[in-house]
Amino acid sequence: MSALKYTKDHEWIEVTGNKAKIGISDHARDALGDLVFLELPDTGRTLSKGEDFAVIESVKAASEVYSPISGEITSVNESLADSLDDLKEDTEKGWIIAVEMSNPSELEGLMDKVAYDLYLGEL
Amino acid sequence: MKKTPLTDSHISLSATMAEFAGYEMPLYYELGVKAEHLWTRAHAGVFDVSHMGQVLIEGGHARAFIEKITPSSFEKTPVNGAKYTVLTNEAGGMVDDLIITKRSETQFFVVLNAGCKEKDLAWMRAHCPESVEITLLEDRALLALQGPKAERVLTETLSLDLLALRYMQMVQIDELFISRLGYTGEDGFEISVPSTYAPALWDRLLEHKHVNPIGLAARDSLRLEMGYPLYGHDIDDTTSPIEAGLTWIMGKKENRDFIGAQSIFNHLESGLQRRRIGFQLIGKGVAREGAEIRTVKDEVIGTVTSGGYSPSLEQSIGMGYVDEGEYGTDIFITVRGRNIEAVIKDMPFVTPKTKR
Repeated sequence: MSALKYTKDHEWIEVTGNKAKIGISDHARDALGDLVFLELPDTGRTLSKGEDFAVIESVKAASEVYSPISGEITSVNESLADSLDDLKEDTEKGWIIAVEMSNPSELEGLMDKVAYDLYLGEL
Repeated sequence: MKKTPLTDSHISLSATMAEFAGYEMPLYYELGVKAEHLWTRAHAGVFDVSHMGQVLIEGGHARAFIEKITPSSFEKTPVNGAKYTVLTNEAGGMVDDLIITKRSETQFFVVLNAGCKEKDLAWMRAHCPESVEITLLEDRALLALQGPKAERVLTETLSLDLLALRYMQMVQIDELFISRLGYTGEDGFEISVPSTYAPALWDRLLEHKHVNPIGLAARDSLRLEMGYPLYGHDIDDTTSPIEAGLTWIMGKKENRDFIGAQSIFNHLESGLQRRRIGFQLIGKGVAREGAEIRTVKDEVIGTVTSGGYSPSLEQSIGMGYVDEGEYGTDIFITVRGRNIEAVIKDMPFVTPKTKR
């Protein structure tokens, strides 16, 4: 299993070859509070880096989830919509979408776990 | 940012703080919004609402003045009786909504919205005769204790017997003004306390096992379940009390001389163009302020003015204004381009348990 990378918007990405799974970090999950609803995208949609692809509705607010990389959505974790507790830093159950990356060099700007923890410490 | 006498208490309770009407206020504490909401419905919650304006209106013509600036009549209101009402403008819109307690024919205690404090004071002073004095009580904090255990908590923590205090009534005990009312639909009290004693009172209430601190986020979801309008969102300078569904505040319309009376009575006679309605979502999602309201034929008939998730109903609810028309109660709310099935519902969404 490859290590996770993180964005400043608190998404995680797990890369396997040219494919990647994307979810939200435990920090983001805690900050969102009580979740109510998850709006998922359709398979086949093409995303640009930084584009929003899902919306998490919590009791507090609606929060968008942004793609760390460009590519095409190859599958969507539909079961998450009915088990919102799984939406966290869990690559087995907590991923939101899987993407076929179109420009893997975009991964270079992302943080590894240590850098992300340091980043959280500065928030 | 301005602080209340309790801001430091909130921070020491690890509250998540946010700016509200220029004040640093607790949004939620460690329990979280949903648990705080449900706790208040089942036990008792204490809220810091010291950012709200507490005002004394005094003088020989105080009642006549109150009946000039609001459509309510206080003639038959008993001493220490409180009323929910609004400040109206010439066009029949609302400057603010507020609670007014008749302390005597010549003294009224007013609690108004934090965000409207300056506007309201300027408005009232501009319409005030010389014989009436308006004083902002800046040295007082305001705590709300709400929930089915509220009365018991006040008895057990402060040895107060409030069994005889009725809904919408105030009693003064030493320097405390205790009013049996609130913004949650539960039995409960708002306690006006000199700022210097506020932290001690707050701590004393929190020591009780049935009490948790509740932030402004749960205060909003609790009031939403009751269908209470939130000023600046559900009502404002351009909405009339009639279309807002607040015609009842005029009682038997004994008062016909208030500011904007002509516009409002004309409005009553000519019929409404739009009205405030409540809705509950059937489909999944959350409809928040600004979302469009559509008929099942996809015609836009209005806009959501406030909405959110109801922890009591475990479904999303909201309110908004819709054009008058024959389209039934089945509607759509459009959220990010997606039409979510919803149904127009009578408010309150949850049965109030206020004491009668």
